[in-house]
Amino acid sequence: MEMRMKLRVNPILCDGYGHCAELLPELVELDEWGYPIMPREPVRRSLAPAARHAVKMCPRLALSLEKSER
Amino acid sequence: MSVAVAAERRADASARLLAPIDTPLPRRRRADLLAEIEASGLTGRGGAAFPTSVKLAAAARTRNAVVVANGTEGEPASWKDKVLLAENPHLVVDGAMVAARIVGARRLLFAVGRENRTVRKRLERALAQRSDGFEWFLETVPDRFVAGEESALVNHLNGGPAKPTMQKPYQRGVLVQNVETLANLGLIARYGADWFRERGTADEPGTVLVTVLGAVRSPGVAEVELGTPMRDVLQRFGGLSALPQAVLVGGYFGTWVRGHDALELPLADAALKPLGAALGARSIVVLPQDACGLAESARVARYLAEESAGQCGPCLFGLAAMADALETLDVDRLRRLAPQVSGRGACAHPNGATRFVASAVDVFADEIARHRAGRCTGSARSQVLPLGASREWR
Amino acid sequence: MRSLNNPIIWYLMRGSGVVTLILFTIVVVLGIATTRRFGTARLPRFVTLGVHRSVSLLAVVFLGIHIATALADSYAKVSLAQALLPLPSAKYGLWLGMGALSFDLLAAVIVTSLLRHRMSQRVWKGVHWLAYASWPLALAHSVGIGTDKAAGWFLDTGVACAGLIAATLAWRLLALRNPYPKYLGAAS
Repeated sequence: MEMRMKLRVNPILCDGYGHCAELLPELVELDEWGYPIMPREPVRRSLAPAARHAVKMCPRLALSLEKSER
Repeated sequence: MSVAVAAERRADASARLLAPIDTPLPRRRRADLLAEIEASGLTGRGGAAFPTSVKLAAAARTRNAVVVANGTEGEPASWKDKVLLAENPHLVVDGAMVAARIVGARRLLFAVGRENRTVRKRLERALAQRSDGFEWFLETVPDRFVAGEESALVNHLNGGPAKPTMQKPYQRGVLVQNVETLANLGLIARYGADWFRERGTADEPGTVLVTVLGAVRSPGVAEVELGTPMRDVLQRFGGLSALPQAVLVGGYFGTWVRGHDALELPLADAALKPLGAALGARSIVVLPQDACGLAESARVARYLAEESAGQCGPCLFGLAAMADALETLDVDRLRRLAPQVSGRGACAHPNGATRFVASAVDVFADEIARHRAGRCTGSARSQVLPLGASREWR
Repeated sequence: MRSLNNPIIWYLMRGSGVVTLILFTIVVVLGIATTRRFGTARLPRFVTLGVHRSVSLLAVVFLGIHIATALADSYAKVSLAQALLPLPSAKYGLWLGMGALSFDLLAAVIVTSLLRHRMSQRVWKGVHWLAYASWPLALAHSVGIGTDKAAGWFLDTGVACAGLIAATLAWRLLALRNPYPKYLGAAS
């Protein structure tokens, strides 16, 4: 069973800054009001460093990477 | 509507939840009680229908547990909790004590909506008569739609606004149970799981309190066996006062069902699921033929948008956009909005609102066409679906 | 600390002070721009925030030089206590103390930002607002301390910085007119 990481957003903390969509355009798109839509699939390994960077750089610290078993 | 009107006794000799208590609550061991509740198959009566024994067992594993009796009932189309608390508060208190015994809590908080003074007074009086070794607290909560959501309620009880949080109460040993669920615990502790299962269906055992509003002769609250056909349920409320155009099942997070489909439905989730509906908190509103389902739904959609806690962008903006789109009959926009809104908040509010709007668009498709042609079915003066008026969060 | 009588120290102190003020002006402008969700195709939002952070650290370096040289300079006669705490002084009145207070507030902002991950959003944000107090104190300190008051160029610089911040603030306040509090021109 492979441990994959899922990108999650805390919708209460998220304030629509949109930095994640800029740093991780392969995975995150903004909805019409500027809020990020999280990818359904787990983050592929090649994007893991970029995902971690996006999590660290979120101005509201609203992003997180959670282990999911898929 | 007042509690007195809603609680008007309807001939039912076999009432359980609304029947006066005739035996004291027995002292039973935790393990016994938990086993009995598991055997009963009791599920939460607040709308989520989560297996109660599972919730109790999870809370029992934490130290310093607290029991919160949720009687806030922020849904404007639901009166069952108010009636239960006003008519049979001691049974609810019994149930809270049973829950407290199981999870090892010494503190019990009872939460009710701020506006209804009858309910608060009756509960206060009942609590004053009890001295069972627990610490009681009675708190009033703003009458907002989301204030009854578990984490919102706990947030308010902790001094914050009545808005949902990401952390769920059971993670911190706070057991929140709907008052009707607790009342059932009080009954099961006395009479056992087999007795409980004598009514209802095999998959959905027991009796429930339902609120019926709209085109019935005597709207209000009554206790009904799960699985009862809708026709018979409506008979308990004096029967239909007009031909039903559609029936809203499950309150404002529920779904519309076409009138002719609704009457034959048994009051059970198993029967409602194929129609995309669920019992929820068992609020049933019968829409008469001379009302405009679209206008009613648009009003509720706007209400739901205003009841957003405003903490999550997709809910705050999405619900307002959906209300706009419903008012302007922009069905395509609604279809595009749904996936952007549902599931993207911290609580179920955007999900429920999206479901409600989608079902309105489905069931009232003909009405949409009529409106586009400049006509409207509605001729009734009064509004069928009630709304709340509070603007407070604290 | 041994007092140095070299005029280079004196000019280094004043020069680094001016640079610090200019850099912090840029930091405040970029901070406001971040809140305003400012971004273009060539200058993404995360860059605005990134430059805000980098320039603030650069400004701290210059501030460090400014304080160190002030302490070292024999003519300036500034004690360590006067440099770090808001104390009145016979030579400088309240103007030096303002600089020290500005530094204190700034230190709180910088430290909490470096440790952002360890505290609640509310605490971090509350402390960050002190920046709006720190900057005017820095400006008042620079202008009032008298070492360059006579020189027109310095006054011009101070006015330009103040004007830039005022304009940026006005731009920020314009977004408040939007009925949605969270929506500050996000989607484009």
